[in-house]
Amino acid sequence: MHKQLMKGNEAIVRSAILAGCRGFYGYPITPASEITEAAALYMPQVGGVFLQAESEVAAINMIYGAASAGVRTMTASSGPGISLMQEGISYLAGAELPCVIADITRGGPGLGSIAAEQSDYHQVVKCGGHGNYRTIVLAPHSAQEMADLTALAFELADRYRNPVLLLADGFIGQMMEPVEFPQTAVAPQLPEWATAGTAESRNNLINSLYLDSDALEAHVRHLEAKYLEAERVETRAEECDTDDAEIVLVGYGIVARILKAVAAEARESGLKVGVLRPITLYPFPKEHFQRLAKRAQVFVVVEMSTGQMVEDVRLAVNGARPVEFLSRVGGNVPSHEEVLNFVRKLAQGGAPVMEPEEEQVAHV
Amino acid sequence: MSSETISALNETDCEYTVTHSKAKAFYETYERKEELQHQTHFCPGCGHGIVHKMLARAIDELGIQNKTILVGPVGCSVFTYYYFDVGNIQAAHGRAPAVATGVRRSRPESIVIGYQGDGDLSAIGAAEILHAANRGENITIVFVNNAIYSMTGGQVAPTTLLGQKSSTTPNGRSAATEGYPLHVSELLATLEAPVYIERVGLGNNKQIAQATRAVRRAVENQVRGLGFSLIEVLSPCPTIWKMQPVDAQHWVRDVMEKTFPLGVFCDRTKEAQPRQLPEAAPELSEIPKILGVDSESLPEGNAHVLGHRAKELDLRVRVAGFGGQGVLLMGEVLAEAGLDAGLEVSWLPSYGPEMRSGTSNCHVRLSRQPIDSPLVTQPNVLVAMNEPSLRKFYANVPSGGWIVYNGETFPADCEREGVHVLACEFTQIANELGNARASNMLMLGALLEITGVLPEASVDAALRRLVKNPRFVEVNERALARGRELYKESIEGVAHTI
Repeated sequence: MHKQLMKGNEAIVRSAILAGCRGFYGYPITPASEITEAAALYMPQVGGVFLQAESEVAAINMIYGAASAGVRTMTASSGPGISLMQEGISYLAGAELPCVIADITRGGPGLGSIAAEQSDYHQVVKCGGHGNYRTIVLAPHSAQEMADLTALAFELADRYRNPVLLLADGFIGQMMEPVEFPQTAVAPQLPEWATAGTAESRNNLINSLYLDSDALEAHVRHLEAKYLEAERVETRAEECDTDDAEIVLVGYGIVARILKAVAAEARESGLKVGVLRPITLYPFPKEHFQRLAKRAQVFVVVEMSTGQMVEDVRLAVNGARPVEFLSRVGGNVPSHEEVLNFVRKLAQGGAPVMEPEEEQVAHV
Repeated sequence: MSSETISALNETDCEYTVTHSKAKAFYETYERKEELQHQTHFCPGCGHGIVHKMLARAIDELGIQNKTILVGPVGCSVFTYYYFDVGNIQAAHGRAPAVATGVRRSRPESIVIGYQGDGDLSAIGAAEILHAANRGENITIVFVNNAIYSMTGGQVAPTTLLGQKSSTTPNGRSAATEGYPLHVSELLATLEAPVYIERVGLGNNKQIAQATRAVRRAVENQVRGLGFSLIEVLSPCPTIWKMQPVDAQHWVRDVMEKTFPLGVFCDRTKEAQPRQLPEAAPELSEIPKILGVDSESLPEGNAHVLGHRAKELDLRVRVAGFGGQGVLLMGEVLAEAGLDAGLEVSWLPSYGPEMRSGTSNCHVRLSRQPIDSPLVTQPNVLVAMNEPSLRKFYANVPSGGWIVYNGETFPADCEREGVHVLACEFTQIANELGNARASNMLMLGALLEITGVLPEASVDAALRRLVKNPRFVEVNERALARGRELYKESIEGVAHTI
């Protein structure tokens, strides 16, 4: 048996350390605190640094410092903390510093609730900080993917010298599933651009200030070229039963799990239903949508938000097919039965109407 | 463990010496600057050039140029990287102490110096400087206080003097509306961690000589590994103050000093002990074991015991009760046992604030097939540890399913066609076993017997993995066994399907 039962949040830290991460600076927040706690336990044991900062503002700037020094580094938070980190994320992108940031999304706006939502899509995927920058965003939908995509996030962060975010909801963070880890650890490397306090790195500069307009334009175009390259080669998505699908269900995170169950049951009743799950939310897997739009009659986007990712789906489909939307918020989850009813009504040609069930079977 | 390297320092070498050569820690020409690469961007009479020179000289004298990383601020001195031939990091407004913390902790052998103005440090960065100082970060902060926001055109700062005019206090700073000038050095000196805090001035050559000594000492403290040092420098800004340079220098001495007296506010350099470097990192090959993820330390499991039994197994369990009844642990033991038996499993908790009187529930799935949705909306076994939990979930149990209920009598209005019920005073029976908290394991025992799938070896292994205290393992084992009996006794001969 090479798998062990583990929360997604705990899998993130183990995977990060195996990927060579040696610096974690964080601030506690439900439902992401297990990540910070696991980092506090393991980082010192592997010669790494753990520090609980005085705020998310400080934490992200400690990340900026550690990344400047050439260390693979990460933090984790949830919506309200990610809001506070936006300044730092903009600086990290501007100064081309790699790091990994996990957002275990809870309910908002404001203090919202600690229950799971997917309402951080806009602030994470569209980038809530100032300036022309993007962050690569990975959306795990299982505890195993919390581990796997964390390792990938460090690779991508270094490859593009840019922050990479893991966008997961509270369910994916809190859920325990069997997880398997690589049996070898990646050796920490010192990138040549880092300011490491050595003779070789003495002339290095970490900076996002370009007062001259031509210089800043050149810098912004350079960043843009990186993002275009990422759009070209880094999109990832999972498709289930989409080859002949007439109805394509679209969701990420916990919702994608529900959609897989719905699709399986709908198939049993003869409906040609498939699931398209974006794994990279930025870059968004547009080509998958464009390809499926040739056959599919309709896309059904399901989100635990009032409609954030659905905007990207509509842009990707670009009017070729109708895009329906089913939404639950506040910590409620679209139940299997709710989505199935929606799909059945759609298949019968009726306009589906969202009817929140009286019994919130999947509430937390 | 090895103590930080202490550079060979000559104590008698600390005196200021007049020299006209440019410090080596400065670039020969300022090539990062667009134009006029032989001069700085600072206005005539500005204090920054003088402070830069002190700092560069200290870096030269201590022989730390290759090790030094300078964290620049937002404000007039944002361009430290134009001038200093050291590693340079440009930080966000006010965040230099946090950035410096990340650098210094990542590279314990480096020398990290934060350079901040008064708007940067005492307003927007007040939290970051306070906490970096309070943690005793082994960094040096040079804090240049000119009592105004200069680069943005002269707005009020926390350090602006009472009555001093600024573009946002056109009638002069008033204590009633803007509060009093913030005494950063005095404030930080109340903390226990900093080793050295001094306020110096640039009001005349004597003050400048003292400032030079102080800056060098603050850097030297870090080289010796002693901890946090901060030098506050009262510095002229003739442009924004609308004064001639000489008048501005006089104003530092004659006016600013009255609000911000010079002196040493904290000096623990004699008693401070050099900090220890972090422990050496383990070999890479040891890391999976440290993390507890190496395959060797994972148990073999009992998949062979389960064999080909229950090919179609798809167990969907919802456990619900009050917080403290062991709801989550029960689900976890079930999931862990399922994994041990080679099944696909998922465990999804309701999670809430750490509060009393909360309710708690979890979703557990065990299946031969990969698990699509971990949410259990229609449980084929509902374990209801109290009546509110029963009432919340009973209606979702489909025909053929089971409800295991903690209560002597099952509420008649919760009875449903085709749904089997096992109702017992599990808490009372657990009490008789010697631990009321074992009711969860009694109910798990009943559930295991109802479903009849998981090998006992897997359940035992799961219990031992999750319950570390041997005393509790023993009582839990008895509870599991008794739970199995309770089911057998009450349901003898009743057919069931899961």
